[in-house]
Amino acid sequence: MEGRPLVLEKESTQLMCAGSEQPTKHQQSILGDRESFDEVQEAVLSLMEVHEYSEHDVFSVRVAFEEALANALLHGHQGDESNQIEVSWIVTDEFLEIEVVDQGRGYDPETIPDPTADENLTLPSGRGLAMIRAFMSEVEVNERGNHVKMMRRKNQSKK
Amino acid sequence: MADSSLLQIFEQNGITNVEFVESNILDEICIKRIGDELTSVIERKGCPKIVLNFQNVSALSSSALGMLITVNAKVGDKKGKLVLASLEGPIRDVFRITKLDKAFTLCDSLAEAMTAIR
Repeated sequence: MEGRPLVLEKESTQLMCAGSEQPTKHQQSILGDRESFDEVQEAVLSLMEVHEYSEHDVFSVRVAFEEALANALLHGHQGDESNQIEVSWIVTDEFLEIEVVDQGRGYDPETIPDPTADENLTLPSGRGLAMIRAFMSEVEVNERGNHVKMMRRKNQSKK
Repeated sequence: MADSSLLQIFEQNGITNVEFVESNILDEICIKRIGDELTSVIERKGCPKIVLNFQNVSALSSSALGMLITVNAKVGDKKGKLVLASLEGPIRDVFRITKLDKAFTLCDSLAEAMTAIR
């Protein structure tokens, strides 16, 4: 099989904000394959280490980021790895923010049954968004359902 | 070239001990393969008693949880027992947050699991 670029587009934008730190917003278009997911996750986790996030923060972001990417691939793109997923992230000393956008038709998050309800515990799927909400400080999903924005404060306590 | 197993399986006194080869149980293809391997183990047993040892696992996805739920149901269908062992803090948190600590028997250590499954 021919190799294909894992990173289709990459850009970084220095954001202007008050205070001494000017966070950089990184953006990448990636394919839906495992290598691309690993590479973009490694980019975020490396920045977290530079900004001295705790192991718990790193694990939490890893879980949430994986779920967001998996949702984009499996539900947004019906498993088609060739569709591009737009990923952007900002990491500062106080918080980090990640956005994942797929090209799918979207869905209504309100239609997903609560996977933590007793009657739903044995359902084999439907936990991705719940895990993202559990491990991140704030989560926003757009009306269409194809754009998730998640933020975690540094040293966020366990929910 | 045949795919190598993603599980290390040991039989001891009628109990099947299973360890994960990969530390990250994230990839959909790997998760399916693990599920298929565990299903093969279950189907070979009349009354399966399986301990899944998570000591090597550092990350798992919701898809992996779904696979474990399906495996648990198959064990239950054969009136067997499934116990999860050695889940470290963050992995244990995943089960707590998803309330799946109510759906599975979780043990802190392998020794505790071997006792619980008898």
